Amino acid sequence: MTDVLSAPLVVEFPFTRSLGPVQSAFLTGLRERTVLGVRTDDGTVLVPPVEYDPVTASELRELVEVAATGTVTTWAWNPSPRRNQPLDTPFAWVLVRLDGAATALLHALDAPGPAAVHTGMRVRIRWAATRTGAITDIACFEPYDGEAGPGQPAPHEGEFADPVTGIAAPARLDYVHTPGRAQSAYLKALEGHRTVGERCPACRKVYVPPRGACPTCGIATEEEVEVGPRGTVTTFCIVNIKAKNLDIEVPYVYAHIALDGADLALHGRIAGIPYDQVRMGLRVEPVWAEGARHPDHYRPTGEPDADYDTYKELV
Amino acid sequence: MRDVAIVAFAQTAHRRRTDELSEVDLLMPVLHEVLGATGLKANEIGFTCSGSADYLAGRAFSFTMALDGVGAHPPISESHVEMDGAWALYEAWVKIMTGEADTALVYSYGKSSPGEVRDVLSRQLDPYYLAPLWPDSVALAALQAQALIDAGDTDETALAEIAARSRADATANPYAQLTGDVPAGDHLVHPLRTGDCPPIGDGAAAVILAAGDTARALCARPAWIRGIDHRIEAHSLGVRDLTDSPSTRLAAQHAGAFERPADTAELHAPFTSQEVVLRKALGLGDDTRVNPSGGALAANPVMAAGLIRLGEAAARIHRGESDRALAHATSGPCLQQNLVAVLEGESAHV
Ligand SMILES: [Zn+2]
Repeated sequence: MTDVLSAPLVVEFPFTRSLGPVQSAFLTGLRERTVLGVRTDDGTVLVPPVEYDPVTASELRELVEVAATGTVTTWAWNPSPRRNQPLDTPFAWVLVRLDGAATALLHALDAPGPAAVHTGMRVRIRWAATRTGAITDIACFEPYDGEAGPGQPAPHEGEFADPVTGIAAPARLDYVHTPGRAQSAYLKALEGHRTVGERCPACRKVYVPPRGACPTCGIATEEEVEVGPRGTVTTFCIVNIKAKNLDIEVPYVYAHIALDGADLALHGRIAGIPYDQVRMGLRVEPVWAEGARHPDHYRPTGEPDADYDTYKELV
Repeated sequence: MRDVAIVAFAQTAHRRRTDELSEVDLLMPVLHEVLGATGLKANEIGFTCSGSADYLAGRAFSFTMALDGVGAHPPISESHVEMDGAWALYEAWVKIMTGEADTALVYSYGKSSPGEVRDVLSRQLDPYYLAPLWPDSVALAALQAQALIDAGDTDETALAEIAARSRADATANPYAQLTGDVPAGDHLVHPLRTGDCPPIGDGAAAVILAAGDTARALCARPAWIRGIDHRIEAHSLGVRDLTDSPSTRLAAQHAGAFERPADTAELHAPFTSQEVVLRKALGLGDDTRVNPSGGALAANPVMAAGLIRLGEAAARIHRGESDRALAHATSGPCLQQNLVAVLEGESAHV
């Protein structure tokens, strides 16, 4: 139980999202150092703007320009900035109601320390040097003791040359994955070119790879059982399209293989036989490449084909 | 209308990390415990519903592996919500109310230990205006806490008292992760100190629901769900009044919470400041015992902590320690979504 495997797991995805007309105008406006809000039916100006009224759900399209100065409505001092946050020195998170707006925008405030921040303080936008049409075009806010912006928002068409119509929102999360007892034992056995499963104490079925529980009985499987190395092809398909970053020539055969002693078929590639001669019942054995963690593929053993009745439960 | 009750509840001993356990390993003991308590077999359950989030483990469809633990083959009637298990319980309650099942198994689990839960939760935010700034869950709660302090609703001393009361109560809870004297600590994100924030941990919970006479047969004192409702607020934080929770109040009203006072309230308030908001929204006075389990400040397995509030409230009714209890669950930043249930023991409803 103590020697459970673990490995870094990075989940990274560059979500690209399209923008509606209001979001597009707002983010393009930021690129041009112009802050737009949207007016609701009752005259309230929402910044950042949304396309549907959060109270009535009616469609909102009437854009207005508000000031780049505003008032902090609440704040939180962040002594230890985390990766990707707007500033890498300690800063305050702030909700800022820009002059002319009725609602507040979340961003960062560059200030020397928490004593320099208070609700009600006046701030202004510090624009990013390079702007692309994203919320990060506002680098942050900074303290400001000059003139207030115009209290009344000005009508704005929301039209700009070369409008931004989408954003790429990259995200990366880092994990340390631990597969637990059953899968750790399976992966360790593979290091020694052995395949192990686990037997259910109730129905006696052997699951490969073991997942720690019997899906029929809903109880833990703990008895380790070595299976294979030989097995039987229970079903297969012929792959004709080459996958990205995969150097296996097509066509090739991908199969379900019931290793001898296993009650669940696992997946593997079949080679060492022309693709159009692979068949259900074919007897195969694993071929290991030097230093590999999994069998590279399975090849025919030369034995007579297995009788259908011996594997029909596993198809 | 059918009468539906929570008839069994189990939870894990919540821990900072459970590297040796896969999700199904974590879950199986609590599934077996609730089935054992009712004497039901897995294949006798009418409907199964679970709650979890793939982002916690960083693996797509991770809940399908956990399904092995309920004996899902041959095929069962099953569903999943990518939310706290409290919302899975709501779905199961609907299933029973519509007559499509007489019993339901509800479970949820969360392992926060593989990743950085503060960052992970930032991925549930609005992707256009918020997520690119990576505001973490503590930062957003801290903005709400400062708004409460500015409004005169609380101060740092009062928040520390909420933390101390919760952790002291948790010493009587064998499943709690953080109990007893916990120092207030440094500011994690001002004005919240480490003591105002929940522990990060792994855990799971399960309950069984049953209707009418089935419930009476399975449990000596069922915790009847007299009402349950959930509501949501605008996702833009700058539109909301962070010092209030109108969605909690509305859900409570629809659940019948204001018809009579409750003796117990299990509130899903991962941050001390959120208890202040919820007490106000629910109009709770000193005669209501709040979070005798220690609440989410004592154990906060993400995606299970809300279901645990329903389970803890029900368990107090099962034990005869409560006649009428409120249970609350939340999801999203700064109490964005809220679910409220009213639970009663039979004698209180004569
Ligand atoms: Zn079995």
